Order: sequence, then C-alpha cells, then structure tokens
Amino acid sequence: MDFHPFLAEADPVKTWTFIIVGLSFALYIGIGWWAQARTTSEFYVAGSQVSPLANGMATAAGWMSAASFIAMAGMMSFMGRDGAMYLMGWTGGYVLLALLLAPYLRKFGKYTVPDFVGERYYSKAARVVALVCAIFVSFTYVAGQMRGVGVVFSRFLEVQVEWGVVIGMVIVFFYAVLGGQKGITYTQVAQYCVLIFAYMVPAFFISFMMTGNAIPQLGFGEELKGEPGTYLLDKLDGLSTQLGFAQYTGRADKSIIDVFCITMALMVGTAGLPHVITRFFTVPKVRDARISAGWALLFIVILYATAPAIAAFARTNLINTVSNTEYKEAPGWFKKWEETGLIKFEDKNEDGKIQYYNDKNKEFAATAKSNGWNGNELTVDRDIMVLANPEIANLSPWVIALVAAGGLAAALSTAAGLLLVISASISHDLMKNTLKPDISEKTELNYARGAAAVAVVIAGVFGIYPPGFVAEVVAFAFGLAASSFFPAILLGIFYKRMNKEGAVAGMIAGIAFTTAYIIYFKFMNKPLDTPEHHWWGISPQGIGTVGMLVNFAVSLVVCHLTDPPPAKVQDMVEDIRVPRAN
Amino acid sequence: MADKPSPNDNRRAYWRENLTIVSVLLTVWFVVSYLLSIVFVDDLNETRIGGFRLGFWIAQQGSLFVFVALIFIYVWLMNRLDRKYGLEEEDDDQKEGQ
Repeated sequence: MDFHPFLAEADPVKTWTFIIVGLSFALYIGIGWWAQARTTSEFYVAGSQVSPLANGMATAAGWMSAASFIAMAGMMSFMGRDGAMYLMGWTGGYVLLALLLAPYLRKFGKYTVPDFVGERYYSKAARVVALVCAIFVSFTYVAGQMRGVGVVFSRFLEVQVEWGVVIGMVIVFFYAVLGGQKGITYTQVAQYCVLIFAYMVPAFFISFMMTGNAIPQLGFGEELKGEPGTYLLDKLDGLSTQLGFAQYTGRADKSIIDVFCITMALMVGTAGLPHVITRFFTVPKVRDARISAGWALLFIVILYATAPAIAAFARTNLINTVSNTEYKEAPGWFKKWEETGLIKFEDKNEDGKIQYYNDKNKEFAATAKSNGWNGNELTVDRDIMVLANPEIANLSPWVIALVAAGGLAAALSTAAGLLLVISASISHDLMKNTLKPDISEKTELNYARGAAAVAVVIAGVFGIYPPGFVAEVVAFAFGLAASSFFPAILLGIFYKRMNKEGAVAGMIAGIAFTTAYIIYFKFMNKPLDTPEHHWWGISPQGIGTVGMLVNFAVSLVVCHLTDPPPAKVQDMVEDIRVPRAN
Repeated sequence: MADKPSPNDNRRAYWRENLTIVSVLLTVWFVVSYLLSIVFVDDLNETRIGGFRLGFWIAQQGSLFVFVALIFIYVWLMNRLDRKYGLEEEDDDQKEGQ
C-alpha cells in the first residue's frame, strides 16, 4: 500500500474531510440563521430583492445537482462524444429560459409556476394540473439528491448512508424551513463557491500533470506530457479502439434522431423545471431577470466546460492504470473502491491480470480471443470517476476532502430549491389559492414551513430507502417538464389567443403521451427498450420532445374550437410583454 | 419616429422587434447545437484545430460558450430596445449598482 503514503498514518483524508465539510456546514447554518424569512414573499421569492449576480450564482448552485457534480463527467467518460447531449441539453435550455420565459414571468411577478398557469388560464383546474406536475417533478429529483448526500458521507467519512442522509436532512431542514427562499438563496451562493472551487482544483492539477497546461479546457487538446508529439485525444481514440470501444471523439451507438430528441427534451425540460423558473421571481426587475439568466449560465458553464476535460483525463488514466495490470499490483484506490462495490473485478481467464475491453463488440471478439481474453473482467461505476479522480491522479488529501465538500454542496443546494417548490405548491397553490382562500399571511407562512418540514422528511426517507427506479424516473422529470410546463407557459406569453381549454387539454395530452411511453418501455416491457422497438427510433429519454409537440398540436387545435380568453386575460398578456406600462 | 405614436402602436412595434431579435438568436442557437453538434458533426470532425477534432470541440465546448454569448447579446439588445421605445424600468427605488 505504499502507493498511497497517507494511508499508512491516521487517514488524513478523513481528518481533512471532517474539517472542510464541518466548516462548510457551519457556514450554511450561519447563513440560514442570518437570513430568516418573516413574510410569505420572503419565504417564496426572497422578497424579490436578490441582486442579479447573486441570483445567477444561486441558480447555478441550485441547478447543478449531485448528478452534475458527481455523475456527469463519469457518464461522459464512458459515452465519449455523445456525452455532449447532456452538456448541451443541460445548458442550452437556459437560452430558451432567458429569451422566452424569464423576463415575462418576472413581469408577471407572482410566486410560483402554478400561479402563472392558474392566472393566465383563469382556471383552478389548470393550477391544480400544474401543481401536481411541480410536486411530482420535484420529488423525483430530490430523492436522488438525498441519496447523493448519503453516499458522499459513507464513502468519505465512513458513517452509514442512513446517518449521512439524516445529517443532510438536519442541515437542509434548518435553513430551508427557517429561511425559505431567502435562506436558500444565500446558502446557495456559498454552496456555489464551495462546489466550483472543489471541482476546479483537482481539474487544474490533473490537467497540469497530464499535459503541462493547467487550464483543463485547453489541456485536453494538448499533447501528452509523457509522450511529446501525441495529442491526448488521439491517444485516447487509439486506446479505445485497441480495446474494442468506439473512438472517443466519434459516434458511439445512438442514432442521430435519438441524440437530437434527447438533447431537445433536456433543453426544453430544463427551461420548464419549476425550481429553476422560480429563481427568476426573486430579482427586483425584468432587466435583472434577463441578465441574471446570463450570469447563471456563465457560472454553470465554468463547471460544464470542465467536465469533458475531466472525462477525457479520467478515461485515459483509468485505461493506462488498469489495462492488463497484475491484480496484485493494482493501486490503493482500486482496492478501496472495490470494497464499496463500485469497482468489480472478476478474473475470468485466471491470468491474474485485469482485462478491460468491450466484449459486446462482435468484430473485436477474434482479437480478444487471440489475446487469451475471456470476457471483460472489470466493471467501473460511472459515479466514481469524479470522486476517485483525485486519488487516481494521486493528489493530496485536502484536495480529496474538498471533492467531498463540493459533492455535498451540490446535492444540498439542489435539494433545498426543490423542497421550496414542493412547499410553495402545497401552501400557496393548494391551500391559499385552491382550498382555503381566506387564510391569513401568517397562517400561510406556517403552512409553508410545515410543508417544507414534511417534504424534507419524505425526501430523507427516499434517500434512505431509495426506490429502485430513481435513475429511470429522472428521465421522467425532464420529459414531464418538457411536455407540460414549457408549451403552456410559452403559448401563454407568445400566443394571446390561447385559452384555458387549449392549455389544459394540451398539458394533459402531453403528459399522458410521455408518461405512457416511458412507463411502457421502462417499467412494463424493459426487454423491449431497444432502438428497434422504439417509435421512430426515439428512446424514452428523448420522448419528451414528441410529448411537447403533441402538447403544442392539441393546444392549438382545441383552442380554435373554443372561445377566446376573456379581455382581462388578454390585457394581462399585453402587460407582461413590456417591461413597464407606457 | 416623427410623430409620437399611440401607446398601443408603440407596444406593438416594440413586440415585433423583440420577436425579430429572439428569432435571430434562436436560429443561431439551433444551428450550433443541433446542426453543427449533432447532424453534421462527423463531417466537421474531418477538420482539426490543434489536438481537437472540430465537430467534437463544438459539441463539447464551443456550443456552451455560444449559449453564454447569446444570452449576453440578448440582454444588450433588449436593454437598447427598451430605451428606444421608452419602455425601460425606472430606477426610482435606487436599486442600482448590482
């Protein structure tokens, strides 16, 4: 174990992790105490007094979840170029948000997405459909976050996953229930700083070590330090084909139409996610909403443009380190992650060496056989590519500890934003605006805190006992947002003639289509979930794009068969289209 | 604009220009993300800049930078448009300097 000098002593990684994670949690609690919400406006939208820059950071932190921080680079390193669909899908949506939704929703100036849908379509039914979607989408998403908190805790501090989730719950409970959107906003600003620092520091080190250029975005286009004259990406393409994988920079197994539809569904879904849209209600002016979308995307792209570089470094490192290595001589991190079950090795041909290659590639089978290989022997969980990267690159313990704090910041910030959507949907949309319109502001605020508290507990339970289908339902969240909210809000702003019948029929048709397709392929007939059986070759992940088109078509047809909206609503649409009345 | 237009005409003209700005920017958005990065990516990969294949670089890096630029250009154009039509928000509450 002398590969890792620090493992011999009283594990400094653990000590550093306690210190860094402890300090960051103390900071979040301090901010939560300082930014307590006293009115419903402060609880739902931080009193609309957040500066555009701070809102940009908060939006970025709320957006980048445990999945972005931990899983994305790993996914990309196994997907190669097609990983771009996640990169573009999760950033391009902000262009839609900034140009088509955010300024107008800010001008409308209420608290929630169901607020807009309910008032624009002058209908409680529309509000209820919207609030059910908002709650469903948010719970889907939040379950994964709490699980992420638990996993980081168990891996880095060796506490049980359950206790990790409970600690995470207590922290979120404190600042979300006390502070509402106000507490969440300022904690998210701090969390953004923690997570971006934690993501960039190892990236700088690794990029410098491998290519001599510390800027990862430039580094992965450079020549390898150890092999002058060979570009890193060419080396990686070569290594990949030698092991029977697709070229890293070339197309893998997905068709153009599927990649197209998945990217579109992710983009449109992003623009339709309630916890993102809500953030634009927190700035003072329309002008602020526009620029704040720009800041948000800039802060997101700092991390997202680094992810593909990390993916390429990690992949090269992994292949170089383990391919055809004697198992006995495998580095320390390999054994450590093997204990967690995230790396699995099975010596199929009993030669004592690790063979890692693509045994599903039929053309490569002959080569593998002549090498004496008897099937792929190594399974690597995608999630560890970011978490183990600093260890694989042999970086100092404090850098590894930083990654733990960053992963926690990413998961907690997203969870808090989602919990707020759930709480506002219950207290504001369901209680105040649907069931009990005559409650006082103070009672509404109590409902909001109560709903946030209950939501934290439910999210925690999901984190401790994760439903087996978390990964499947995430495709749901984007598909549903794309096929329900986005068309309804877009038409509400850009098409004055759109009426309640059209919008409700469109949302129901879009959701029903998307849900049915996903349930059919993901739950009822999993074996049929292959390109040959998909409609038009579009996988369940991309079907939200079709669901959105169904929504648009149904909305427009039904709208023209029924009466136009009342004059008051048409005036409201005129009004939200300009920053100020003239 | 020689005569002072009626508020309604003014709004309508503002809205039309707004739609033009949005359509142009979204066309760029579509071309970069869907045509260059997905449909024609293999053709672009024939070209190289340094250690990158062009299609791969646009898909994994360039498109992201274009998205950021598009939003900031939109902000600039819209603020100009607001002023042109006299529809900008007042700074009465002294919330400047953000």
